Amino acid sequence: MKQVPTLKIDGITISQSLAIIEFLEETRPTPRLLPKDPKKRAQVRMISDTIASGIQPLQNLSVLKQVGQENQLAWAQKVIHTGFDALEQILRSTAGKYCVGDEVSMADLCLVPQVANAERFKVDLTPYPTISRINKTLLALEAFQVSHPCRQPDTPPELRA
Amino acid sequence: MQAGKPILYSYFRSSCSWRVRIALALKSIDYETIPVNLIKDQGQQFSEEFQALNPMKQVPTLKIDGITISQSLAIIEFLEETRPTPRLLPKDPKKRAQVRMISDTIASGIQPLQNLSVLKQVGQENQLAWAQKVIHTGFDALEQILRSTAGKYCVGDEVSMADLCLVPQVANAERFKVDLTPYPTISRINKTLLALEAFQVSHPCRQPDTPPELRA
Repeated sequence: MKQVPTLKIDGITISQSLAIIEFLEETRPTPRLLPKDPKKRAQVRMISDTIASGIQPLQNLSVLKQVGQENQLAWAQKVIHTGFDALEQILRSTAGKYCVGDEVSMADLCLVPQVANAERFKVDLTPYPTISRINKTLLALEAFQVSHPCRQPDTPPELRA
Repeated sequence: MQAGKPILYSYFRSSCSWRVRIALALKSIDYETIPVNLIKDQGQQFSEEFQALNPMKQVPTLKIDGITISQSLAIIEFLEETRPTPRLLPKDPKKRAQVRMISDTIASGIQPLQNLSVLKQVGQENQLAWAQKVIHTGFDALEQILRSTAGKYCVGDEVSMADLCLVPQVANAERFKVDLTPYPTISRINKTLLALEAFQVSHPCRQPDTPPELRA
């Protein structure tokens, strides 16, 4: 698909971020990234898919290239607003400390990077207090910090933390 | 816990709804359909009533076991975990990863880029070219992936969630007049799957909301 991420692990090569995460969860089950209860697992996957299918692909680089430079910002903002309008509503019934209850899950792994995208595209986050609160709580965790775009091997010097 | 059958909010032609219809058929789960017409009344998915059920204002949505789930793959994985027979995901984690990778390639990498709401935004004169480009790009990749994962079906010789995603996407490709000649593996698997009963009873041409002129 000529996209990132791709992971080489255990002798195989997997693409598609959620397929990778589910593989990691099944082969390295601790700590959990999906709850035990199937109904809560469904909520985690629903939120993850809302972001990974319903928002991100519509504002990724290859789509933005096709809408033309003068339209890109408006397009990305519209896509993110539509998705976040829905997500804010969903989270109001699923969220505790995190997206689903009080344990970090795959849904949280999808939320934080999408909020970063929203900020990059100058989306006003005021209508999304639940999204903002959860995002802030997650960014305080070490895993979300060490993995941050500003701390990667390929982070350009001017953006490095 | 709700009594009564599961309820599926579906549009006959929605490829995402079709995925779930196939899963329900394969697992012999009896359900009720409430049609949501994406075109009529300026889009019934935008009604206040439906928006309360699914804030993304899309189909499919399934009411089952006292909960409401949206996103076709989240629904299918829930069905798999609560009604595990027959399997829709292999036992082996590496094969499961292949099934999910193929499913996500379609459900994130192709379908959302050519769904109704995106096509509305690119403008009518651009729609066909846009949809064809999106599908070609995705199918170029998929054909390559399937050459190493496929047996009789997308992953080996058992029907999986990947196959539930493939058939509806091929139907979309045909609707957008995409030339399928470059994709012999996709075509072969699609043909094999369409012969199965679950793929037939769930077909867009056999739904409660199929318009008379398209009915099988």
